[in-house]
Amino acid sequence: MSTRAVPPPPPSRRSRLSPRRLYGEGPLHSVLLAATFCLAGYAGVRLLDGDTAGVLLWFAGSAVLHDMVLLPVYAGADRALRAALGPRTALVNFVRVPAFLSVLLLLIWFPLIARRTERRYEAAAGTTPDVYLGNWLLITGVLFALSALWLLVRALRSRAGRRSDTKVRSSAPH
Amino acid sequence: MPERPRIRSLPIPRTPADPGFWRSPVRGARFTAVLGLVLLVGLTLLFVTGLLSYAAYNPDLNRVNDKTPGKGLLGFYLFSWPTGPHWLYRLTQGLHVTAGIVLVPVLLAKLWSVIPRFFALPPVRSVGHALERLSLLLLVGGALFQFVTGLLNIQLDYLFPGSFYTLHFYGAWVFLAGFLTHTVLKTPQAVRALRDGLPRGGPDVLAAPDPLPATLSRRGALALVGAGSLLLLITSAGRSFDGTPRRIALLTPRGGTDPGPGPNAFQVNKTATAVRIRPADTGENWRLTVRGPAGEFRLSRAELLAMEQHTAHLPIACVEGWSTSDQQWRGVRLADLAALAGYPDRPPGVFVESLQRRGSFRKAALRDNQVRDGRSLLALRVNGAPLSPDHGYPARIIVPAAPGVLNTKWVETLTFGEL
Repeated sequence: MSTRAVPPPPPSRRSRLSPRRLYGEGPLHSVLLAATFCLAGYAGVRLLDGDTAGVLLWFAGSAVLHDMVLLPVYAGADRALRAALGPRTALVNFVRVPAFLSVLLLLIWFPLIARRTERRYEAAAGTTPDVYLGNWLLITGVLFALSALWLLVRALRSRAGRRSDTKVRSSAPH
Repeated sequence: MPERPRIRSLPIPRTPADPGFWRSPVRGARFTAVLGLVLLVGLTLLFVTGLLSYAAYNPDLNRVNDKTPGKGLLGFYLFSWPTGPHWLYRLTQGLHVTAGIVLVPVLLAKLWSVIPRFFALPPVRSVGHALERLSLLLLVGGALFQFVTGLLNIQLDYLFPGSFYTLHFYGAWVFLAGFLTHTVLKTPQAVRALRDGLPRGGPDVLAAPDPLPATLSRRGALALVGAGSLLLLITSAGRSFDGTPRRIALLTPRGGTDPGPGPNAFQVNKTATAVRIRPADTGENWRLTVRGPAGEFRLSRAELLAMEQHTAHLPIACVEGWSTSDQQWRGVRLADLAALAGYPDRPPGVFVESLQRRGSFRKAALRDNQVRDGRSLLALRVNGAPLSPDHGYPARIIVPAAPGVLNTKWVETLTFGEL
């Protein structure tokens, strides 16, 4: 940050290594975090009882995968979209909104859409999950169609608005 | 129209640790505060309904009902699951799963809004700061772990490293540890940001110092997140009803269609073939064994049909979040079978065993309050027709407000007594 609202505190006369200073937060903070790690430890040993490495990998891996892969990928896709549209920034949301909604559905329902568990699903439910890929494409198509329709309506209205604007202006007394 | 400014030549590359790296004009304390408060309510709902679901199995009644017997103190809150209102589990578990689906975009947006803090330098300022960051791993890792295991489980994609019940139950408690701390430390800030506009005593550290021109307002971004949640709600919520609502639920497990026509055309959990029920097992030679202090009795389906028949309108509600509307079940009261077994009044619980050769919950225990409820039946017919093989022919249990798997199908043995 270029400007600081509060100037750094003057060096304390007390030892630099006082516990308070080393901890850096108030007493409520320390009590709260102690309680947190007690509970997390109590549940954690039970969570890790079994495939310890696998669970640790899933637990930490889900956070790392989100922060280092998923988020950069979708932020990058958004940047690429803006770059592709160049100066026509007003068009961004007509692509961004339906694309976001469609990808959100794909992200959540990927196993269903990709028929990853087709046999298990049929054995459990007695119905087929074959329909979901088609349904996802249908929803995606409808979202983009609605977006295109909105863009069209907006374009027509702004043209009509401009025409009536000029009419009003030309007939207005000066 | 004025000429737009030309895009300048690329600046010196910045690292994510540099606040100037993050340029979205949408990020800011208020944006994060709104999402945070939605999650505070939403994730609390998920946690509470999750705990209720565990209680609904009556895990402390018998070990066959308990997938996490090592729970220790984490089962402190368990209670006898009631039988009324009869849609109780349908409601709590429908809320649990549907709210979980609907909250995905909110969670993702919240994580996106605070990502600059993840990379901020110095990574650790003090011991307290280091511990707080570690607790954030419990929070973020826990939330993602819970959402991912839950979403995979309802899609029957069992990729996760272990039993879903174990991972999701203990994972919830680890998540809660991080969630409570974060709530206590951050809720005052979030409320202040919404009330007064800015965090107290300083600049908005979540806002980009060098933002790009806006292509979407903060309100617009919140609307987009809301639209995502609304779309998920519309395409999912109908899985808790039969008929038209389910047909609207186009993209969700058990959405779209009901299985086939006829009185038995409502959602099935585990088909007869999937659990190796052979027609020979359920034919003329099938007998129900009833045990109790009065001895052991073997009853044919015709003998059961000759007993006093009762009707109950009850749903099937699965832990996976889907449910059916009320179906009209007809059969023998569990209390009447308990009387036959030697408990003419105030019957105890019952241990139920199925013919099924595979699958969990082949055996289940029901508590005394469940046996005593007049709507708890050993059902023989549904919606005016005999049970179909997939719905448990020749006989199945149906108990008000109980999770689907405790409504044992293809029943072979009922043992009344202390469990």
